[in-house]
Amino acid sequence: MSAIEGLETAQHHADEHEHHHEAQNFWQKYIFCEDHKVIAKQYLITGILWAVIGITMSVIFRIQLGLPDSNLSWLKPVLGGWISDAGKLDPNFYLALVTMHGTIMVFFVLTAGLSGTFSNFLIPLQIGARDMASGFMNMLSYWFFFLASVIMFASLFLQSGPAAGGWVIYPPLSALPQAHPGSGMGMTLWLASMAFFIVSQLLGGINYITTVINLRTRGMSFDKLPLTIWSFLITAVLGLISFPVLLSSVLLLIFDRHFGTSFYLSDIYINGEALPNVGGSPILFQHLFWFLGHPEVYIVLLPGLGITSEVIATNARKPIFGYRAMIASMLGIAFLAFIVWAHHMFVTGMNPFLGSVFMFLTLIIAVPSAVKGFNYITTLWKGNIVFTPGMLFSIGLVSLFVSGGLTGIILGNSALDIQLHDTYFVVAHFHLVMGAASAFGLFAGVYHWFPKMFGRMMNTTLGQIHFWLTFIGIYMVFIPMHYVGIAGFPRRYYQFTSYDFTHKYMDMNMFISIAAILSFLAQFIFLWNFFYSIFKGKRSPQNPWRSNTLEWTAPVVPGHGNWEGEIPAVYRWSYDYSKPGAKEDFIPQNIPYSQTLESNFPHENELIAQEKAIESQNFNDQFKASH
Amino acid sequence: MENVQQYKLEKEPQETLAMDPIKFILWLFLVTIIMLFASQTSAYLVRRAEGNWLEFEMPVIFWYSTGVLLLSSIAMQWAYFSAKKDQFKQLKIAISITFVLGLIFLWMQFEGWKKLVDMNVYFVGNPSGSFFYVFTGLHGFHIITGLIVLAVSLTAAFKLKVHKKNLRRIQICATYWHFLDILWIYLFVFLLTFN
Repeated sequence: MSAIEGLETAQHHADEHEHHHEAQNFWQKYIFCEDHKVIAKQYLITGILWAVIGITMSVIFRIQLGLPDSNLSWLKPVLGGWISDAGKLDPNFYLALVTMHGTIMVFFVLTAGLSGTFSNFLIPLQIGARDMASGFMNMLSYWFFFLASVIMFASLFLQSGPAAGGWVIYPPLSALPQAHPGSGMGMTLWLASMAFFIVSQLLGGINYITTVINLRTRGMSFDKLPLTIWSFLITAVLGLISFPVLLSSVLLLIFDRHFGTSFYLSDIYINGEALPNVGGSPILFQHLFWFLGHPEVYIVLLPGLGITSEVIATNARKPIFGYRAMIASMLGIAFLAFIVWAHHMFVTGMNPFLGSVFMFLTLIIAVPSAVKGFNYITTLWKGNIVFTPGMLFSIGLVSLFVSGGLTGIILGNSALDIQLHDTYFVVAHFHLVMGAASAFGLFAGVYHWFPKMFGRMMNTTLGQIHFWLTFIGIYMVFIPMHYVGIAGFPRRYYQFTSYDFTHKYMDMNMFISIAAILSFLAQFIFLWNFFYSIFKGKRSPQNPWRSNTLEWTAPVVPGHGNWEGEIPAVYRWSYDYSKPGAKEDFIPQNIPYSQTLESNFPHENELIAQEKAIESQNFNDQFKASH
Repeated sequence: MENVQQYKLEKEPQETLAMDPIKFILWLFLVTIIMLFASQTSAYLVRRAEGNWLEFEMPVIFWYSTGVLLLSSIAMQWAYFSAKKDQFKQLKIAISITFVLGLIFLWMQFEGWKKLVDMNVYFVGNPSGSFFYVFTGLHGFHIITGLIVLAVSLTAAFKLKVHKKNLRRIQICATYWHFLDILWIYLFVFLLTFN
């Protein structure tokens, strides 16, 4: 609440200084900045740093899995005591690596890094607003995320290791410090960090929703919003509803761990000695966790899908196919996200009838997902495709979304899931459809909007090389992993050398690991391209991709307030590409129909009469009219 | 057909909706609180359905505290009406009553906890008791945040900064306070029904 009070004064402040030309010092400009564009870049850079850490962890445990005989002594300078004298990875640390890889990639990279970057950057620019509804809350959101990051990062250096109960932190493993070295201080820090993370996401999400609904420019009705904005809006609503539930489950877990309550604990014996806890239910935690956990999957994926819609339409030089169907399917996915959580729990002894209800609901998700896949492909169909790196990654996302989604239909069946649950089949499925697909959305967004963020272009050739290596690498890792999963390899096992049935597949495991290392190395091309281009890239023209959305009408490097002078008004949707009769193959959203008589359809000529009314609407300019 | 065409032409383009962003933020914030308690109460039901559930009578003092909170809500509304009519004296009285009743409510909840301990219902023990403490505790925490918001309005009211033309602060305060009142009534009825 104090944030709201603070905002009020901040806004009065803004009213007094209409043009914001007062000199800002370094701290105001880059650190405690309330400008959405700077906050977006802060999120992006933090997200990239986390991605480097998270992916490096995966490479370490892939070496352990695929090349179990290798000597890891060369990692001793970094991992120290976690590598034994014989050059072996500590098994407890292996579990910690798996846990932290999941936590970091799901929450810190693909939730905060993806949503945080692009919702912050694109919402005000694409809806025609000066800034977010509350710049102060926005800044607070980033710094809560930063605090969560620091705590999580610190937990990596604990002597007992970071949390190691899996990223889903099921009790009793996570609730009892005696259960595992990682369940001690590591788990405590994990929970503290996630509590701050949830606060950060809620502050951010509330801001995104308020901005989209209240601060659109003149003429920007909901049916003219770019699909990116629709996806960010729906993502924020998902987060708003599901993150409090995670907070709830984490809170009860903290009570169990530190105060001795028995929400999740019951009838536990350690070394023959009974614990005092009675009457708890570990399944309760799973219900609460997956009520967040499943929407979280779409929180990760939907922004990527929105970015893809925009990038594909722009670079195929065609209107997006089925604009309304795209919105409807996103709403459908968002609704279904809340009533399918128990498909993660088919093997918890659930009533088979209940299982088949959840199975049915789960399989329905295939319908809106297929609509989206179909619409992307039909948008590409007969387009004048420009293969920019952003476009390649968007097409790659569609490919990964389809091939990863197919195995979702298999896993959604409660009967099949009994065989496949907690095997590498599941790992391959969600890495394709959620992990890699969303990461491709992130890459597509970075390549596409880099010119707007930094006023410079990234190197196209390096981007294309990066794409092909990553794309081929991802498939080489995860297609074989499906077979390993069908063969029965369980996830989170330290090694597979001691079972007979796994011997046959050791070469396949090695293949996966080598492919993983190669795709890991390919990411350094991106890192170099990204950081080099920030300083030395070619200067960007006003509208490098010849795109329709409003952000390209702002100055190449927009200052605080985004547009100099008036905010542009909007007269048309953002997908008027290759319109028959038009002079250019794109017509930006701020061009009125009265200026494009040669390409208007009959019903659009009628809309000319409304233009005066749109222009006379209030400016909705935060810097001028205080709300 | 012609009529339809005409109607289309006359239709004005819709203004972009623009509610007060700060109030909108408040409502979204309330949604997160609703989800927090919705998940807690459904966890309660799921756990209760599994059996091994300690049943106990709710101490009478919670009935009284509910009444106190209701009264404070009425006082809050009185304060808001007074602010709207620029009746500063009544505004100051009403908002002070709200604040004091809020404090009394908190104290009564704490007394209720003591009664529970006397009844051998502890925070650590059967989840039915633990849930009772968690619900009242979480709600109490939100009441404390509500009291902070109230205190801000209270000082503003005594500095004569709340008046007909500057109602936003007290509107936000009133919405939040009423929400906390309704939230408690929900929890109270819930705990009575599923004890």
